[in-house]
Amino acid sequence: MVKDGEEEIIRKRQHDRARVTALLLGAFVVLMFLITIAKTGINW
Amino acid sequence: MPAMDMTNPAVLPADWRDFLALTKPRVMSLVVFTGLAGLLAAPELPPLVLGFTAILCIALGAGACGALNQWYEADVDAKMRRTAKRPLPDGRMDRQSALHFGVGLGAFSVLLMGLATNWLAAAMLLASILFYVLVYTVWLKPRTPQNIVIGGAAGAFPPLIGWVAATGHFAPLPLLLFAIIFLWTPPHFWALSLFVRSDYAAAGIPMLPVVAGFENTRRQIFLYTLPMAAAAVAPWPLGLSGPIYGGCAAILSFVFVALSVRVLASRATDPKEMGAEKHLFAYSVFYLFALFTVLVADRWLAW
Repeated sequence: MVKDGEEEIIRKRQHDRARVTALLLGAFVVLMFLITIAKTGINW
Repeated sequence: MPAMDMTNPAVLPADWRDFLALTKPRVMSLVVFTGLAGLLAAPELPPLVLGFTAILCIALGAGACGALNQWYEADVDAKMRRTAKRPLPDGRMDRQSALHFGVGLGAFSVLLMGLATNWLAAAMLLASILFYVLVYTVWLKPRTPQNIVIGGAAGAFPPLIGWVAATGHFAPLPLLLFAIIFLWTPPHFWALSLFVRSDYAAAGIPMLPVVAGFENTRRQIFLYTLPMAAAAVAPWPLGLSGPIYGGCAAILSFVFVALSVRVLASRATDPKEMGAEKHLFAYSVFYLFALFTVLVADRWLAW
């Protein structure tokens, strides 16, 4: 049983965690791209 | 399907800030700094993004150690005032989440280090994580007052990893940096454990003041400070650094030894009267930051 108010806390925490995860994944994608560029030695 | 009891806070999904707290960000800052110093002191620097990734991996590895440490010690943390408000003993997170987070973070940091820099650095990062978790946390810490003497090796790895990430090989200077942190760890932690002795005693952790008493601990602090000071100054006479570093290291180490003499002379048993011990603990953190900053400055000015 979810108590009054807990449903809201659960949704908020899930929402916040999803946002943080999305930001970290986006940063990881950018980092991997830059690492690939650096490792292959491509000059801009 | 049985209904979940949501009144138990540990069943609620943990806040993302609690995952961040699991990584012990304050400890991580010192680890990141020494790792960065090791990387910047190396004779050849990697491209900026690879250097950044190496430091990021050291930070994530340290975070994994913190999370796995808190996962394993949740029961002990609940007994100490200093640690009772951490996410696990406070019931804000379930242990399984902390375990998964720690293992995942550790594996990710090692793989990324290997892919971005070299596999020797990745192997050393893996060794340091396993050493901290298995040798220090699981094996030594609950069993022997020598826990932080041997366990201190785990915290001494970062400058070595930073250097190897940059160069791909070992050298005498990073090994000396390893030795400095290794010898710095006992005086640093024993100074702390003198004024939080009751916490460690309540938790049943055999820290030196609990097992051997105040006087013996103060003597050990002084005895470890001497080889630490010698190791700190050593890069200069060995020709691995310049006079700027040598002079600063000598002054910084002299102050460290002087503060440890004050601790040696102290007879306080009440934490409120342990000014000398608290000064030494605070100075030890400053000492490591200052020493490594000067080392890097000396290397860069020499170029």
